Amino acid sequence: MIEKIISRNIGAESVTPGQIVTVNVDRVMIHDIFIPFVAEKFEEMGFTKLWDPDKIVLIYDHMVPASTVDDIRHFKIGDVFAEKYGMKHVHRSDGICHQLMTECGYAKPGNVVFGTDSHTTTYGCVGCFSSGIGYTEMASILGTGEMWVKVPETIKVVVNGKLPDNVSAKDIILKLIGDLRADGATYKALEFSGSTIDEMTVASRMSMSNMAIEAGAKCALFAPDEKTAEYSNVELSDVDWIYGDKDAKYCQTITYNAEDLVPVVACPSQVDKIRDVKEVEGTKLDQVFIGSCTNGRLEDLKAAAEILDGKKVADYVKLIVTPASRKIYQEAAKAGYLTILAKAGAIITQPGCGLCCGRAGGILTDGERILATNNRNFLGRMGTSKVEIYLGSPKTAAASAIAGKIVEA
Amino acid sequence: MGMTIGEKIIARAAKVDQVKAGEIHTIEVDRLMSNDGTTHLTIDMFHNDLKHPKIADKDKLVFIMDHNVPAENPKTAAAHRKMRNFAKEHNITLYEGKGVCHQLMVENHVCPGEFIMGADSHTCTYGALGAFGTGIGCTDFLYAMVTGQSWVLVPETIRFELTGKLREGVYARDLMLSIIGMVGANGCNYKVMEFAGEGAHNLDIDERLVLCNLAVEAGAKTGIVEPDEKVIEYVESRGRKAENLFVSDEDAEFEKVYHIQLDEIEPVVARPHQIDDVVPVGEAKDVKIDEAFLGSCNNGRIEELRVAAQILKGKKVNDHVRFIIAPASNEVYLQALEEGLIDIFMESGAMVMNCNCSVCWGSCQGVIGEGEVLISTGTRNFKGRAGHPDSFVYLGSAATVTASAIAGKIVNA
Amino acid sequence: MEQFTGKVWVLGDDIDTDIIIPTEYLALPTVEDMKQYGFSPLRPELAGQIGEGDIIVAGKNFGCGSSREQAPEIIKALKIKCVIAKSFARIFFRNSINNGLLLIENDQIQEHVKEGDVLDVTLGEKIVHHGASYEIQSLPDNLMEIINAGGLVEAMKKRNGVK
Repeated sequence: MIEKIISRNIGAESVTPGQIVTVNVDRVMIHDIFIPFVAEKFEEMGFTKLWDPDKIVLIYDHMVPASTVDDIRHFKIGDVFAEKYGMKHVHRSDGICHQLMTECGYAKPGNVVFGTDSHTTTYGCVGCFSSGIGYTEMASILGTGEMWVKVPETIKVVVNGKLPDNVSAKDIILKLIGDLRADGATYKALEFSGSTIDEMTVASRMSMSNMAIEAGAKCALFAPDEKTAEYSNVELSDVDWIYGDKDAKYCQTITYNAEDLVPVVACPSQVDKIRDVKEVEGTKLDQVFIGSCTNGRLEDLKAAAEILDGKKVADYVKLIVTPASRKIYQEAAKAGYLTILAKAGAIITQPGCGLCCGRAGGILTDGERILATNNRNFLGRMGTSKVEIYLGSPKTAAASAIAGKIVEA
Repeated sequence: MGMTIGEKIIARAAKVDQVKAGEIHTIEVDRLMSNDGTTHLTIDMFHNDLKHPKIADKDKLVFIMDHNVPAENPKTAAAHRKMRNFAKEHNITLYEGKGVCHQLMVENHVCPGEFIMGADSHTCTYGALGAFGTGIGCTDFLYAMVTGQSWVLVPETIRFELTGKLREGVYARDLMLSIIGMVGANGCNYKVMEFAGEGAHNLDIDERLVLCNLAVEAGAKTGIVEPDEKVIEYVESRGRKAENLFVSDEDAEFEKVYHIQLDEIEPVVARPHQIDDVVPVGEAKDVKIDEAFLGSCNNGRIEELRVAAQILKGKKVNDHVRFIIAPASNEVYLQALEEGLIDIFMESGAMVMNCNCSVCWGSCQGVIGEGEVLISTGTRNFKGRAGHPDSFVYLGSAATVTASAIAGKIVNA
Repeated sequence: MEQFTGKVWVLGDDIDTDIIIPTEYLALPTVEDMKQYGFSPLRPELAGQIGEGDIIVAGKNFGCGSSREQAPEIIKALKIKCVIAKSFARIFFRNSINNGLLLIENDQIQEHVKEGDVLDVTLGEKIVHHGASYEIQSLPDNLMEIINAGGLVEAMKKRNGVK
């Protein structure tokens, strides 16, 4: 699938893994943490105009709302840069960059998109080749609209069957990362297929493509279907060329039977340290977090609300809920999920990266333990290096918040 | 000789028939509130400085985490943990992330006639329910926590005789800022500000909370509104008893009496960096703003959110303004969700924070940068209060703040 | 070929970008302000101990995690000469090249070196440790072009005719 997207992008008949090609970038995303550096490098490189202002999206999310006065500097530099070079797509408080990129239709099936954030792999959920880069490289794309890439090999992941009720897309991707290990897909593309994947919502696919980077992958692709076409507001007939051919070459194929999967968690402090929830059941918690670009979408809030309806978060345990975008927040409010969650005792915050990026929104201290639905549990990510972070699905998180300890939903 | 409301509450707490301004009395404290600003310090003193640490009556204590919730760094997380563990160990009522302390106290604990001490200057808020609430430091708090008692110098009372009604588009916040502008930031130093008269009774509980909350900004020890049927209704509707409704005697002694016509009050703002630099909104007109804040123990209740929603409906917040809204409590948030106010805020481009002190506290979320201008419904406009030392805070009503957020500059609603 | 020697600091597998520089310090104005916090979640004292020309020897997947370019920049600012690891994460690898931080892939030396040992490196050829020699590869041409230009900024400057 990745070979098709790259071939079409560069106007070649075909490409082969290992080949180094220069792609034409369809869209880029820059977020608040890195905009000062991108702006500085861009001018240092001697560029005087953007290759295409319409193709550049600037999103403030890691520092929204600002928790230190230094954060404001990033907004100011971003605003000045956007104004100076005529950028129109600036989101100042609408939610997490990766959510907005697909939600607002910036990243569409078949596109080639880069972002200054490792979780840019997310847009693969709609069949878009997207990957994270650094700010120097971003600055060069802003001037040229081009970037070199090495065509990656592809690992095929097939999931067939019906998932048990308490198992989510998050459990599948965690299981996969555990099996591949944190570097198992380094510089490779992941390609998902199978009946379980076909049945999945775009939102669920998004939690999987989002975490592909945690196995080192360059991108993670899902072939577009009717659901994708509706979500991305495109005609299916325009994007139905994006799929893996039957005779395509894969460097590895991994197959799961959905019925065999169980709820899992990533244990501190590696994303690939995967255990069945059963194995760590009873581990006491101080805090639970539902949110992030991995699992802050409407279906995640719905899953949590269904479990928490009429229940209470355990005494002395904090449940923090951060919807991934302004739109999701509004939808969750209208659907009554936020009311259920707030009544259960959840602290509901403004959409943004919040706790996941460790800058605010529920930082922890030595000896505290959290179960979170986001994508990383690295040492010190949410506070001190003596904080233990477990990663799990929204269902596992909600059930654990009620119990005050890790339990299966 | 007659007594004022404040004197009557002190006399009750001191278990004496009569007190006079200037006397010092030992009193039984009815209730003690401490928040995450200082509780960890109190706990340290409790453990390190006392020979026989014990708590006089844990049922009088309420601990509330609201200033830095959820924690924005490991240091505040550690302070929270200390507070949480202490509350757990001593079985003390604890709220974490459920709202601003004073709002939670009013919603759930304060009764008329009580003498309440809180380790926060805006404890004076409780006068809206006819209680004597006053802010103390953590040493005083520790003493009261351990003994159940404290000492109090009976303050003089200054009476504000209110008549008439506020005009449409003028709010209690404009009234109180105007009063502070009139008397000055230390104009009621160590006094009780007593609000009475037909005009005071015309004000609803939420408006009275605004008046009493800001009493400390005029230097007062507390502010009290003469309690009436509205107080009884509020307190009883929440399952509490309204037994001690004190009003001042006819022959009570006041240091001073101000007469204020409510219909003469107009929308005002307090300019940086003094709260008593109060001018009509028109005089600050067109000052460009970077951030607007609606919330705090002064102005984050459902009534203010309704005012804001009415102005915001169908409009957009200015692209270059960060408009931050923090409901004062979870109860307020749930009500606002139900009424569709939250949806209006979100649709307009405002940010809705979890209920806490938020921008008013200026260290946890929504801080402002160097040279920036904030218009806020918070309690203070001290230099640096909301972030960078070189920044500017204007204070105004929910209506003024909201209209300004749309315009990108200070305007009349 | 360039040749150099350096003192070794040993780190393990999966040294992630949050370890190299935690998010809370990313808003500090410059990399110079940030570098004191380098590796702080793992070894708070390390940034102060590293000397000019030292070499980091690590396991697999070095630099995994976020796209933060401060990670290679901080290692460079700490005056580390090069990082030798069993493997590097993809974004970190690109960012290092773009910033002119030298990375060497080798998966044998880890079981022999101890912290404080001295390595003798000849680029594109070998690493010598206690008399034993370990072969290393040179980078593809297109990457060497960027490195030879002094990083991507310099390469772009050249393209845009900026001095």
